[in-house]
Amino acid sequence: MAEPNWRLAGKRAKLIERARIMQMIRAFFIDHGYLEVETPHRVPGNAPEAYIEPETSGNWFLHTSPELAMKRLLAAGYERLFQICRCWRSAERGRRHLPEFTLLEWYRAQVDYTALMTECEQLLTGLVPSGSLTRQGHTIDITPPWERLTVAEAFQRYTDTTPHRALSDDRFDEVISDEIEPRLGFDTPVFLIEYPAELAALARKKPDNHRVAERFELYIAGLEIANAFSELTDVEEQRARFAREDEQRRSSGHPPYPSPEKFLNEMVYMPPAAGIALGVDRLIMLLTGAAEIDEVVAFTPEDL
Amino acid sequence: MYSCSDLKKGLKLMVDGEPHVIVAFDFTKPGKGQALYKCKLRNMITGSLFDRTYRSGESFEPASLEDRDMQYLYQDETGYVFMDQKTFEQVTLTEETLGDDKYFLIDNMDVKVLMFGDRAIGITLPNFVNLKVTQTDPWVKGDTAAGNNKPATVETGYSLQVPSFVEEGDLIQIDTRTGAYNTRVKE
Repeated sequence: MAEPNWRLAGKRAKLIERARIMQMIRAFFIDHGYLEVETPHRVPGNAPEAYIEPETSGNWFLHTSPELAMKRLLAAGYERLFQICRCWRSAERGRRHLPEFTLLEWYRAQVDYTALMTECEQLLTGLVPSGSLTRQGHTIDITPPWERLTVAEAFQRYTDTTPHRALSDDRFDEVISDEIEPRLGFDTPVFLIEYPAELAALARKKPDNHRVAERFELYIAGLEIANAFSELTDVEEQRARFAREDEQRRSSGHPPYPSPEKFLNEMVYMPPAAGIALGVDRLIMLLTGAAEIDEVVAFTPEDL
Repeated sequence: MYSCSDLKKGLKLMVDGEPHVIVAFDFTKPGKGQALYKCKLRNMITGSLFDRTYRSGESFEPASLEDRDMQYLYQDETGYVFMDQKTFEQVTLTEETLGDDKYFLIDNMDVKVLMFGDRAIGITLPNFVNLKVTQTDPWVKGDTAAGNNKPATVETGYSLQVPSFVEEGDLIQIDTRTGAYNTRVKE
């Protein structure tokens, strides 16, 4: 082709914004006493998850998140950690999904998930000096505190079913995706909290109510931005959950994951902690008014 | 059979015994949950549109359609007329059936006409067509940013965004699958 790549050149304004936002995120965590770490992207195994498919790399895998390595650092005594890195999840491609995407993960010892909600509020307040965002004709007020909505309340408000019934009908994800998600976070950001214990993954159950887990997802203007937990530190329960996830994988025809033994051995030393994964590309979509994730990255897989 | 990972815009499949085409597609996956494949489907016979969400593990029968090589002849009051070059048989497709494809038809162009039994229900265009720009704002002196764009209209009445350096009278290549500008072409 005799012409320069016009579409790529047209992304300049968004890519400049992206670089600026990345620097601001880094500055926020460094100011708050966090240590920036880099953990390997190519790993012998990921945390077993029923619905997350890793990309293989030789006999190993590309990481689907830096979670296990960062928790090993926590267990070794590092108290405040953050990382901004590429992660890979096979076959995830849509208007808000890329199979290679950027995650911001941070972990903090001696706190629970409520401390992370406060930090999300602080981070966004710093990134949006005007105090509000606009998306699809809505103005979203960023001023803290943001709404904390339990999953049970969200089902009651927006659906004609309950989380329990939706789970037993195997419709939970559809109800969240079709009926709840499109209505969350258009006035102010919303923390959707207290997921059913069945969907706890690596989260701790709520001490005074074992039917729900201390997990939240942050939604802004219908976009799912972050997923956070009070971390599970009970190694026996973690083993049982990994086994259950693997069983679910096997029964749906997916290969089992190798068990992350080094992580499980060191988990014994993990302090009480909370951790969060935030989708950086989606955050940049919000901050730059992009309709699709393709607009905020230089290249998509289809461009390569 | 197709699986969920084959689903994409433009795919043709049988739904409830009739051929359908996916006109809009999105993949989504809430939280740590299951992958959902959201499709807007158009019934290729009745034209009606509806939404369906599929989940991993479902499978789909490809639409039983036949492609016939034909040439586009002309437009008359009944619609757009195509002819089979071997049998000289002619078929007419309405403007409604063709949708945006009508903007990319050039006289005597070879296309594939989609047949469901003996019924013509659509066409498959070549991936790229060259069309002349009939209207666009002049290039502004000093505008050297490579990514800048502006609206333009081509000879068939179709409007799209083009780079700022494209001028009236230029021949441009358009990707018929996306409707987007691809490159300038020397005549």
